[in-house]
Amino acid sequence: MKEEHKEGAHGHVEKYKYGMVIDLDKCTGCGACMVACMTENNVPFRKDESDKLVSTAWMRVFKATNGKSYPDIDVCYFPRPCMHCEGDHGHSPCVSVCPAVATDYDFETGIVSQIPTRCFGCRYCMAACPYHARYFNWWDPVWPDKMEKALSPDVSPRMRGVVEKCTFCFHRFQRARDKAYVEGRREIREDEYQTACTQACPADAITFGDLNNHEHEVYKLKKSPYAFRLLERLGTNPKVYYMSTRSWVRREGDNYLKGEKSK
Amino acid sequence: MDSALIPEGVKRCSFGKFALWIGFWSLLMLWALAGAGVCWLKGLNQTNLNDYFGFGAWITADLAIIALGAGAFFTGFMRYILGIEDFKPIINFVVIIGFICYSSALAILALDIGQPLRGWHIFWHANVHSMLTEVAFCISAYFMVLTIEYIPLVLENRQLDKIPLVHHFSHNLHHIMAVFAATGAFLSFFHQGSLGGVAGVLFGRPFAFRQHFAIWPTTFFLFIFSAIACGPCFTILVTRITELITRKKLVKQNVIVKLAKVSGWLLVGYLLVKTLDTVYWAMVTLPNMGVSFMDMYPESPFTIWILIAELGFCGVIPAIILITEKGRNNNLLLIPAAILTCIGICLNRYVMTVQALALPVMPFDNFVNYIPNWAEWVTSLAPFAYGAILISLSYRYLPVFPQEKELNP
Repeated sequence: MKEEHKEGAHGHVEKYKYGMVIDLDKCTGCGACMVACMTENNVPFRKDESDKLVSTAWMRVFKATNGKSYPDIDVCYFPRPCMHCEGDHGHSPCVSVCPAVATDYDFETGIVSQIPTRCFGCRYCMAACPYHARYFNWWDPVWPDKMEKALSPDVSPRMRGVVEKCTFCFHRFQRARDKAYVEGRREIREDEYQTACTQACPADAITFGDLNNHEHEVYKLKKSPYAFRLLERLGTNPKVYYMSTRSWVRREGDNYLKGEKSK
Repeated sequence: MDSALIPEGVKRCSFGKFALWIGFWSLLMLWALAGAGVCWLKGLNQTNLNDYFGFGAWITADLAIIALGAGAFFTGFMRYILGIEDFKPIINFVVIIGFICYSSALAILALDIGQPLRGWHIFWHANVHSMLTEVAFCISAYFMVLTIEYIPLVLENRQLDKIPLVHHFSHNLHHIMAVFAATGAFLSFFHQGSLGGVAGVLFGRPFAFRQHFAIWPTTFFLFIFSAIACGPCFTILVTRITELITRKKLVKQNVIVKLAKVSGWLLVGYLLVKTLDTVYWAMVTLPNMGVSFMDMYPESPFTIWILIAELGFCGVIPAIILITEKGRNNNLLLIPAAILTCIGICLNRYVMTVQALALPVMPFDNFVNYIPNWAEWVTSLAPFAYGAILISLSYRYLPVFPQEKELNP
């Protein structure tokens, strides 16, 4: 049963709280989520994408190792979308700092939005985000010949000089909501709103849904003893959970002092 | 050639020499304008900034220049609000320095944003919770105040002053200058603090984040404190450089010494508070975030030496010189002390922005470095050329230093 209309931060009524649980033991680091995300959201790319410090990937897969050498080495891949932080006091790190309200917290869905037409490119939000989930458009988007025709009509391409980031495929939420309204429903079913990365993952490592809804898979998964969130200690209160049975992987999810016990 | 414009009773170099001097700095300005031009036309891809270093040389230059320019509001505050008449002979000059610093900061900010034509969004769509909004409002408003403070001085030009309307206008402006000085002081206290707040509220960045006191992070107060401590030192430095270049004594020693004394004791106070803040940050804030103090100084150039340089070499040493009578009365000690103080504040602004971003927060993330490219360097250093031009023009054509005639009979 869904816990309807929970009181969220600042007393706002929170209808949904969309989030993700990523099973790191299933992730193979194939990058399909990154490709699906780029295609779905018209993420621009350049001929030479070798400099990752200036290339945009709303979903980026990071590689971590246990630091041991062969044969004890173990590798884990961390797919990292925007964490859609709520913050401990209702302040996402980025939303509270944006001087022009070009990024905002949607209390209906819990999604941190980005308004590229309002952003003027100060990059303060990028400085605020410890996950590097925000990207600046260093160039105007240029697609190879005829590729414009393959762009998604639901997502506006962004221009040079503004910041962009993962929106949990918010246009898919809008589409699902419209469909539900047309059909006379007020609730969106779990399978009606899924992000592109979730659907593209061949290992089924990503689960997406309403973290407040008891019937959604993410609700159950986030309660796993193996679930954790990235940099929880900072107080960002992210909506992306990770899962791993490997203790070193869970320790990689946050910073700990020497000798300090991890989650 | 331009003798009719030069204030009466003072000597200036020949027009040809002056033109050469201005020409030299103008060439540097042109170079900087070229750097700015490519960034405006082609975008920030013309810099070495990247997604890990969204803040770089420009933001450091901005924060540093605003801190250095704090001498303007603080001297105005001491002169008009606290009524310390000793600072009257230098008040014109600090206004010019402040004007240069703040106009430079605004120009650099216009470069630093990805969509300069949308700069007005910060006012139109203002997020009242953002420290940067507070900074933008206060800096813009204070720049207007500085302009109002500068206007009467411009109107005192020998030829302009002959026009009765202009003469009376500037005379009346002088009378109400205390109101603007008070407004400027209020605005400046806030934006200096807000600039500290810009870093201090970043709770996703352990290096920058500080605990809150009332509604502000401690960096809010530290930035005010450090700016008013170093501002007078920068005033001393620029005055001495101007005297060196003009080969004239322009301000009496007692004014300089008093500024040095104020700066010294403020620096002592700042260092005490900063030390307490650093200890609390190291012992409480950082461990709560799961990181140790030494994790914040992992590798070159961000080793512990950067902190020692900031607080020790550029803090304690100049403070000792400035608070001792012998030290501040000896130019051979006073000038290095002023230079060290100014370097210290620049270092502080650098670490609070660039180092704060350089340190990876996710354990599996990489440490990357950033070195500004030519376009960033020339535009960041352009305020020197712009300042030289504006000070030279003001010095030549306006009665900037009221003690000049007396000191150079």
